Amino acid sequence: MSLPAASDLLLPLGMAAAAGLIGSIAVMRRMTLASDAISHVALPGITAAMLIGANPVAGGFVALVLGALLVWSVEQKTRVPTEAIIGVVFSAALAIGSMLASGEELIEALFGAARRPSPAEAAVGLLAAAAVIVFAVRARSRLVITLVSPDLARTIGINVARTNLVFLLAFALTVALGLRYLGVLLMGSLIIIPAATGKLLARSLSGMRRVSVGSAMGSMLAGSLAAPALGVERGPLVIAASAAFFFASLLRRQET
Amino acid sequence: MVNALEVSHLTVAFGKTTIIEDLSFDVKTGSSLAIIGPNGSGKTVLFKALIGALPSRGAVRWAPGTKIGYVPQKLDIERDLPLTGLEFLRARAEVARAPQEEATRALGLVDLPPETAAQPIGTLSGGQFQRLLLAFALMGHPTVLLFDEPTAGVDEPGQEEIYGLFGRLKREEGLTLLIISHELTLVYRNADNVLCLSRRRAWLGPPVSILTPERLQEAYGAPAHFHVHGDR
Repeated sequence: MSLPAASDLLLPLGMAAAAGLIGSIAVMRRMTLASDAISHVALPGITAAMLIGANPVAGGFVALVLGALLVWSVEQKTRVPTEAIIGVVFSAALAIGSMLASGEELIEALFGAARRPSPAEAAVGLLAAAAVIVFAVRARSRLVITLVSPDLARTIGINVARTNLVFLLAFALTVALGLRYLGVLLMGSLIIIPAATGKLLARSLSGMRRVSVGSAMGSMLAGSLAAPALGVERGPLVIAASAAFFFASLLRRQET
Repeated sequence: MVNALEVSHLTVAFGKTTIIEDLSFDVKTGSSLAIIGPNGSGKTVLFKALIGALPSRGAVRWAPGTKIGYVPQKLDIERDLPLTGLEFLRARAEVARAPQEEATRALGLVDLPPETAAQPIGTLSGGQFQRLLLAFALMGHPTVLLFDEPTAGVDEPGQEEIYGLFGRLKREEGLTLLIISHELTLVYRNADNVLCLSRRRAWLGPPVSILTPERLQEAYGAPAHFHVHGDR
């Protein structure tokens, strides 16, 4: 049994911080269920990339960007039932993706792989995580006013359509970041569960972000350290840890 | 420009349903216009078209340099949305690259105590939330204020207070006011002009010529009462 080196933890922790920040906005935008569904669209991208011998994460990212553009264009037309379209399209993506892949590959795409990333992959991953974090911090005011009221946002000169688009692209990038570690099924959960915990415990935006980022990074750390000791995959452990944080905060909130 | 706003031949339609048809009116700079009419006559839709949030045909011309403050009727906010009133105003200041003290100044203008502004916005009462939205609008130092139902869910002394504040803003800051209201008594006493919308047509004029029993009967399809002297 061996503990992971500090440098091996840098990328997963950066990714968890990005997930916690993007998740805060996603949950406040009432995208709790949609977020999970959107992450599924990565699967056909991953399997298609494998078929043509390309980088699977890059394939997943391309599919996610297309998914984000689809959600965005549906959101622009207020009279279309967004929920229904997201439910149907993204479940269909999961089905098509599974048809393209074989057994072992499929499990890896769904739940993440244990392989270490190459130095180049790690560098790209860290840059992407940093980009998401910088965006989530710098655009927070625009994002918050837009989710409270797009009309108010317009009157103070916010470009609502562009703000929503950039958010969805940052969301897609965050999911792509986690594909290798957590896979398609679990990455959506790392974005949503810590943020849901934050919403449960916090009464202010700053409080929500602290809880969300803290519990995402804490779960990632706990899962990464416990996985080699218990001899199980990291991804499911990380999500189990974040769910444990959520239920603990649920109990705490009921007591108060 | 003498007029703060010139609207000509404005038409707003959703699919095949026309909400506003061929509406034209002007609003003089520094004056107040009350917009009245029965439910469904398109008052809120008109505001949304004026701020460009809804597609419309015809022309909406604001005077050069106009800054709009908009106070919507109600917002669909979850009770447990983790966002305090002060955070909401500070976000507004950050977007405008204004100093954070602007948020405190705006709270003072609308008499919202700091401990109330520290609460999550979903837990504020109707009147408190409305003051917060007014503070949000005033932070941009608007030249025109669009206020959708300022007195809905506010008790009578509160209504007087809000109109008192409007009068002050109009006098001291030269603000042009557009107010949607159901409170015909307050409209009668405070508005320079009244735009009465009904599903069929619209009337524009000073309160004394618009707020007549016959006109209201025609617009509302039922007798509408109000107190001219407001001395009850």
